[in-house]
Amino acid sequence: MMSVAKIAAIGAAAVFAALFVGWWQVDGPGADPAPGKRPMPLTSMDFSLTDQDGQEVGPETLIGHPSLVFFGFTYCPDVCPTTLSDISGWLDELGPEAEDLRTVLITVDPDRDTVETMAEYVSYFHPQIQGWTGLPDQIAAVAEDFRATYEKVEGEDGSYTMNHTAGVFLFDATGRFVSIIDYHEPREFAVPKIRRAMQDRAEGAKS
Amino acid sequence: MFKTFAKAFQSLSVALLMGLPLAASAQQMSEDASIVVEKPWARASLGTSRPGGAYLTVRNEGSESISLIGLRAEISGMASIHETRTNSDGVSSMAPADDIVIPPGGMIALEPGGYHAMLMQLQSPLVEGETFPLTLLFSDGTELEITVPVLGIGARGPEG
Ligand SMILES: [Cu+2]
Repeated sequence: MMSVAKIAAIGAAAVFAALFVGWWQVDGPGADPAPGKRPMPLTSMDFSLTDQDGQEVGPETLIGHPSLVFFGFTYCPDVCPTTLSDISGWLDELGPEAEDLRTVLITVDPDRDTVETMAEYVSYFHPQIQGWTGLPDQIAAVAEDFRATYEKVEGEDGSYTMNHTAGVFLFDATGRFVSIIDYHEPREFAVPKIRRAMQDRAEGAKS
Repeated sequence: MFKTFAKAFQSLSVALLMGLPLAASAQQMSEDASIVVEKPWARASLGTSRPGGAYLTVRNEGSESISLIGLRAEISGMASIHETRTNSDGVSSMAPADDIVIPPGGMIALEPGGYHAMLMQLQSPLVEGETFPLTLLFSDGTELEITVPVLGIGARGPEG
């Protein structure tokens, strides 16, 4: 017969497990962003941009591969190079496992980030990272599709900086939005999330 | 106990300072050793048109609170401390930081995603493998010049 203490311990463990699962799904890394902020599935997007090699690209460039998309700009001294370095680290960690992953930085500063600028900038990071730019209205359209926001802010010295959505969007190979890696979220959640997006791809292929 | 250790550590550091050329990654401190700066690093820049970013930690070993109130650097026409903030919608922005108070025995970090030394109007590019001097300005009038090593553009921290 089980002792009262044992039953209590099992009960407590069950409560803890339920709380943990709840946290994981609601606030934790399993959480989806607020419904209004979800990017559309890639299959519903309709943007057109130019990649670092001058080639025209769009959602069709990503569909068929799991993908990781984020917004930034090359005049950004802190958040953007940090995100690019982090992503380079995750890709290194995943190694050949992530070969199929399309990884793209989309600029929110098309006035300064030309194709040549994007090409040079991404060349300093993991070779899998691409840099896409476009005309101002093309950038506005793609940001709208991803429900990302950006805003030009004039600086003290006549220069300007850009406020922008800093999270990294993850899509599976079918183009379905899987999750977001927040800028301030613990780094150790990132690689499992990318694995999940790649797994969803395998499952999507099976069904 | 801690005081004795700190004293011993300080004299060791002074000995190192006198005996050896100061490695850029070692700690650098004010004359009275009350302000200690560690782990300075900057990312290499692409030319001079973009602002550079640098990071470090500051420890207050003194008995009074001090504030880090600003920066000066020959390499930058306009150096200041910036703070990056990310709001609940995941939108990041940066703006000049207010004075940063460091209580006695306390430490503050300029690190990616938080505070950074914003080096605008670069006079020359930040080249990987080189160093540059950066002066930290404190509320008590202390001006502490430190040497900042430049790491690669893809560096994630003081170790590269
Ligand atoms: Cu800044």
